[in-house]
Amino acid sequence: MSNLLKVPTMAEMMSSGEVPDVLFWVGCAGSFDDRAKKITKAIVKILQNCHVKFAVLGAEESCTGDPAKRAGNEFLFQMQAMMNIQVLDGYEIKKIVTGCPHCFNTLKNEYPELGGNYVVLHHTELIQELINSGKLKLEGGAQFKGKKITFHDPCYLGRANDVYEAPRSLIEKLDAELVEMKRCKTNGLCCGAGGAQMFKEAEKGNKEINIERTEEALETTAEIIATGCPFCNTMMTDGVKLAGKEADVKVLDIAELIASASDL
Amino acid sequence: MVSSIIFILLSIFGFGFFTWNALKIRQNILLGRDLDRTDNKSERWKIMTLVALGQKKMFARPIPAMLHFALYAAFVITQIELIEIIVDGISSSHRIFRPALGGFYTFMVSFIEILSVLATVATIAFLSRRNLLKLPRLNMKELIGWPKKDANMILIMELILVSFIFMMNGADEVLYSKGLSHAANLGEGTLGLSVSSWLGPLFFGGMSEHSLHIVERVGWWGHLSMVFAFLNYLPYSKHLHILLAFPNTWYSNLNKKGRLTNLESVTNEVKLMMDPNADPYAAPAENTEPVTFGAKDVRDLTWKNLLDAYSCTECGRCTSSCPANITGKLLSPRKIIMDTRDRLTEVGDNYRKHGKEYSDGKSLLIDYITEEEIWACTSCNACVEACPVNIDPLSIIIDLRRNLVMEDSKMPTELAGMFTKIENNGAPWQFAQADRLKWADEQ
Repeated sequence: MSNLLKVPTMAEMMSSGEVPDVLFWVGCAGSFDDRAKKITKAIVKILQNCHVKFAVLGAEESCTGDPAKRAGNEFLFQMQAMMNIQVLDGYEIKKIVTGCPHCFNTLKNEYPELGGNYVVLHHTELIQELINSGKLKLEGGAQFKGKKITFHDPCYLGRANDVYEAPRSLIEKLDAELVEMKRCKTNGLCCGAGGAQMFKEAEKGNKEINIERTEEALETTAEIIATGCPFCNTMMTDGVKLAGKEADVKVLDIAELIASASDL
Repeated sequence: MVSSIIFILLSIFGFGFFTWNALKIRQNILLGRDLDRTDNKSERWKIMTLVALGQKKMFARPIPAMLHFALYAAFVITQIELIEIIVDGISSSHRIFRPALGGFYTFMVSFIEILSVLATVATIAFLSRRNLLKLPRLNMKELIGWPKKDANMILIMELILVSFIFMMNGADEVLYSKGLSHAANLGEGTLGLSVSSWLGPLFFGGMSEHSLHIVERVGWWGHLSMVFAFLNYLPYSKHLHILLAFPNTWYSNLNKKGRLTNLESVTNEVKLMMDPNADPYAAPAENTEPVTFGAKDVRDLTWKNLLDAYSCTECGRCTSSCPANITGKLLSPRKIIMDTRDRLTEVGDNYRKHGKEYSDGKSLLIDYITEEEIWACTSCNACVEACPVNIDPLSIIIDLRRNLVMEDSKMPTELAGMFTKIENNGAPWQFAQADRLKWADEQ
């Protein structure tokens, strides 16, 4: 079986006179990080399986500017935002789905003030829509039946945008047992990557944040730590490795869980 | 007559001095940058009702929330009795509302007494968790010195206030039962107050008429004096939250927490840079004041940030939910807010003493808050979520970062590298933008 995916770009769509229903904003992590690329592919498989007419920007996509803005570089953020808005508006994009809560938050909440107005969904929200509308059926499913899964709330999906239920409802669709960590939903503890921390060493302290969070996840005795963010995924995967639990505990994105439950 | 005059003078001084201090705080808050927070009024009233009046966010931790609610309810309802005290004080009457209200009066004062007992229990619980149990959240290093004393003073004043209420009501109950009260409205031989009708005889039962009158008067004047003392202590204390919680929640940020503010001044410059027809040598428009990017000192923050600072009661829920603080980093969101308030008080005093242009050479950033603190933030919004009165420490942290980066080019070296990569290749890592779709062809 070939894994090669047919992923149309906006440029290709436009030249053939087609208009996609939704733009898939892949994001920098989703494009370049080896672990996150797998999440990107899982999302693409789900979209294709459901016959969602989508396209990506490919080489025309650029960083949303989120880490620059959070690190205080408003100039760089706005430069990125305005360039991206020119591209998006050039293709008359109306609806965007992102693979990353940081892109999601920035496109949804911070682009409108600079003139970029789109309907923006996080991939867990779109997948929930696909299931609710009957386009996506979880037929394989049995592999997660009764398995303990805990969900780590990405800050930029949860507290920042009040999306707590979409990812949880998807875990329940897998017939899995959703076990919550002590700090979850509005009280969820950050993985340590946000606010541009991903790109620098942490300040002096007595513990790394991702270790604190991973320990809490491991306390639930879940076999799978589910997330919805490529950065959380990196932080939790590192935490599980450091705890020597790689063999027993997997860190997976909700999109990966759904794709494999649907035998994609 | 003499007592009426003393009462009126005391009231004028009590309210007058408070008003003078309150106006200073208002002036300090208005030193901040402008911000419009008057949209969507119905939503704002709703938030204020739920969060300030109903203390919704306190209940994230149910036990302290219930204790706090008892104190709060006792405080609010006691103000009704205070109205009577004021009328009695001016007119030299005694329990003037009683004849007209009858049974409802007994119910009201009895209710206040029960709440006062609950408030006493809460106060003792709060004192012991600070001083005996040494709750970590209430014993962190930013609280050493005045903040700790302040907290204990408030609680002790609370206890004194309640004691005065029971002296007043208890002694009066005994006087009533002997037919000796000041009041003309005697008759049934008891006031029928829920707590004082047995507490009074227990403590003051054996006293002479003369002593009972003294105890009753000491209670009455003591209660009144404590109310004025409390009122005038507020502007110097974290306890100011009992008033500012209301406007502070009304002016809450109604946007999603993930949305940081847009810097208009930057937008104008970026638009100019991207406009091929713009004249790069054009002189700036006249009368445009040079803007500071981000915040170096308190006057660069918005007035809402400054109102936040005065609304903080240093409970530390923000800090105890901060991932950086939990893992031993220097950052404490509570300290960010306390520093902002302390610096603002200093700037405000300087402003009134030396005028608008005066600078003491200090600033919030560097002299109060260090770079190490603000770079430890993950912008996770846990502090914003935790605050029972909707204070937003994150927006201050981001504004301080903006100043460091855009005014002074000071940042951790890795972040400078990250910026360069975004500028050059549109990603925070060193990958070519042309390769953004390569993943689709990989196995």
